Amino acid sequence: MNKKKLLAGPYLLWMVAFTVIPLIMIAVYGFTDRTGAFTWENVTAMIRPEHMKALWLSLKLAFLCTAVCLFLAYPLALILKAKGVKKGSFVVMVFILPMWMNFLLRTYAWLNLLDDGGILCTLLEKLGLARFSIIGTNTAIVLGMVYNFLPFMVLPLYNVISKIDENVINAARDLGANGFQVFRRIILPLSFPGIVSGITMVFVPSMTTFAISDLLGARKIMLIGNIIEQEFSTAANWNLGSGLSLVLMVFILISMAALSHYDKNGEGTSF
Amino acid sequence: MRVKKFFSQIYMALIFIFMYAPIVTLMVLSFNENKGRRWSGFSLKWYGELFQSDMILSALGNTLLIAFISATAATVLGVLACVGINSLKGKARNAYLALNNIPMLNSELVTGLAMMLAFIAFGISFGYATIIVAHITFCVPYVVLSVMPKLRQTDKSVYEAAVDLGAKPVYAFFKVVLPELMPGIVSGYLLAFTMSLDDFIITHFTKGAGINTLSTLIYSEVRKGIKPSMNALSTILFVSVLILLCAGTYGPGRKKKTEKREKVK
Amino acid sequence: MMKQPLINLVDISKQYDGTTVLDQLNLEIFENQFVTLLGPSGCGKTTTLRIIGGFETPDAGRVIFDGKDITQVPPHKRALNTVFQKYALFTHMNIGENIAFGLKIKGKSKSYIQDKIKYALKLVNLEGFEKRMPDSLSGGQQQRIAIARAIVNEPKVLLLDEPLGALDLKLRQDMQYELIRLKNELGITFIYVTHDQEEALTMSDNIVVMNQGYIQQMGTPEKIYNEPENAFVADFIGESNIIGGTMIRDRLVEILGARFACVDEGFGTDCPVDVVIRPEDVDLLKPGEGTLEGVVSHLIFKGVHYEMEVMAGGFEWLVHSTDMFPVGTQVSIHVDPFDIQIMHKPESEDEEAVGVNE
Repeated sequence: MNKKKLLAGPYLLWMVAFTVIPLIMIAVYGFTDRTGAFTWENVTAMIRPEHMKALWLSLKLAFLCTAVCLFLAYPLALILKAKGVKKGSFVVMVFILPMWMNFLLRTYAWLNLLDDGGILCTLLEKLGLARFSIIGTNTAIVLGMVYNFLPFMVLPLYNVISKIDENVINAARDLGANGFQVFRRIILPLSFPGIVSGITMVFVPSMTTFAISDLLGARKIMLIGNIIEQEFSTAANWNLGSGLSLVLMVFILISMAALSHYDKNGEGTSF
Repeated sequence: MRVKKFFSQIYMALIFIFMYAPIVTLMVLSFNENKGRRWSGFSLKWYGELFQSDMILSALGNTLLIAFISATAATVLGVLACVGINSLKGKARNAYLALNNIPMLNSELVTGLAMMLAFIAFGISFGYATIIVAHITFCVPYVVLSVMPKLRQTDKSVYEAAVDLGAKPVYAFFKVVLPELMPGIVSGYLLAFTMSLDDFIITHFTKGAGINTLSTLIYSEVRKGIKPSMNALSTILFVSVLILLCAGTYGPGRKKKTEKREKVK
Repeated sequence: MMKQPLINLVDISKQYDGTTVLDQLNLEIFENQFVTLLGPSGCGKTTTLRIIGGFETPDAGRVIFDGKDITQVPPHKRALNTVFQKYALFTHMNIGENIAFGLKIKGKSKSYIQDKIKYALKLVNLEGFEKRMPDSLSGGQQQRIAIARAIVNEPKVLLLDEPLGALDLKLRQDMQYELIRLKNELGITFIYVTHDQEEALTMSDNIVVMNQGYIQQMGTPEKIYNEPENAFVADFIGESNIIGGTMIRDRLVEILGARFACVDEGFGTDCPVDVVIRPEDVDLLKPGEGTLEGVVSHLIFKGVHYEMEVMAGGFEWLVHSTDMFPVGTQVSIHVDPFDIQIMHKPESEDEEAVGVNE
């Protein structure tokens, strides 16, 4: 029986080699300057006004995106549960299938819909409504994020909610709980692991994205992801980029650790 | 009740429209005579051009090859890991599960950058290998998360029964345990394949010059405007997957799992 | 004296996807009774219970509770509580919170709720369990908590959906006595669903035997056992010999070529009937002393009695007896007249299912 343990060996080696060591590398770069001497500068660079501004904006948009995803996904998960297990294929259809059309292309397609002179705008104009374009605004970026990351909220939520025993809900109704009370006292607490995992899976990528803001922000809006990416690609200051990444990473880990307190068994993180 | 049903239908329809509006737009535009977004007549010329474009075709080849290799390797690694982890208890088990969470909690941005720095530090030159290694790394956790719950559900006595009937442990695993894990493995594989196919950020940081996947090619084209042949390619890809999926769900040869109605007693 | 029924089901029909589960069911349940709905799976017993509980709405018919039509009333506004098949405890709450759930919703005071929890836990013999979590309890304990959670709300009726199904035999028997005790202490109506005939016979004041959406027979356990109204009931409740025969005239029936005296009247002359004889009512005598000659073909020791099969008149009789007759013994079968139960022969398969619906 004990031989079974060895099967996890290759995985352990792989993960150490390709996640732990690279993380150490990023720390090494983050705490050194170009000559290789130790410095705090790259890390403390986060408090520079332009970086703080980008971090604050990223936080704001990521928070907004996570909230919108939660409010869109929760009713959907409830509806899917009410419709029965078979509708699980609907989830796959609607949320996995689009990934086969490239993520950048799909995001770029929103340009065609939302841009000045785009399809949606022309339509609204013809209906006599005001001419508008949201491309290059924070709204467009949040929309792009919600569009891309909504599946990562729906899947864990649906996963947890669909497993709630119908008889537990019936028992609550039997004991006198009305629809709202059933939701607040039974469904909501039982779905907490799914909420936690959904928030994690949406907040993390939206906090760090640079491609969506590139595409829909018309290059006017700088998120923290854009700043870090530019340090690596155009500015070629890897030490600074690593330093900022480290701070961002720690920031995310702390906020997620606070959240995961509620998901003790890790129930939510399964597909 | 009827009103509730009506609203839930509407709600599902709206989400569906939200998810598919850009996709339909792209599909329609792939048949547009004109390059821009104004409709100027039906044409298949972008489809013709697609097959002339070596750049797009080689990016497509790279994308599929990388997704195939990464998903396969990640699945093997992940399934083995699950069996191993499942035989562990307590702290060791939790340590593994925490390790599994690193790539998920660490944004793709940080994962990609960290890998890039590590490759450089150890003098590994960028190419297919670096992309594939990076993809395997971020795909394995999805496989583990798909297979683990199935493994936990598997009745231990089934394996024990097989061994009791004289099967060697390895044979028992392949004949009895693996089939029970199959749904989890398949969904894990598909998820890994899809994630690899759709990945941009990690590929962006770990690819060498001259190698492009569809994602990185599109990203480099954004500034000059994306060629409509890219829309044509995406349309072909999307429709093929849709057909495959439908064939898998509704086609013959697949046992239909009709759920038993549990209430009628 | 005609008492008003507490629950009255009137012409209830229910279909699922075109399959009829209940067909014009009528049922009256009186106060302070232990009523069991008994039948094989798919007979409609659970659906009946869910309709009373409010979890299903019948396609046709009315549910009258305490003189009021509650057919469309949602479950949370009904004055009855349910104990679910797999307990359905709230896993995110401890035992105390589980039991307090219904009372909190009704807005009862804290001290009242505390007293009630104590009282309920005492009633189900689980004092001091308030702070435990449901998944740290055994199946039997979870079952008791599910009952405690329901009864603190002081329902007029407690609905129990195969609550003992998941327990092992010994525990199940203990819980049967526990339930009878509870029912007597609380003085409320229990409606109990099960497919286990022994459970039904042990606990019930009244048994409702159901099959394929119809009520086959209603009555006290003794009546159901001793005087089954049709072959289905006879076969489902206990073991029995069901033999085709002919009613020669009042009080005389011919079975397998032999004539037996019986106590039934009113079937006319030469009427084809089904005859039910319980295995323990078959007496084995020395050859020539009984009514029908046969040979013992099987013998099994069952503890309390011997189970034998006797080949007689071309029929394999099932016999329970404390006397042992080795295989091959020539015997003669005798049945006392009052142990012979005569039933009308169903005219078609269909009618067999419909049964007698008086």
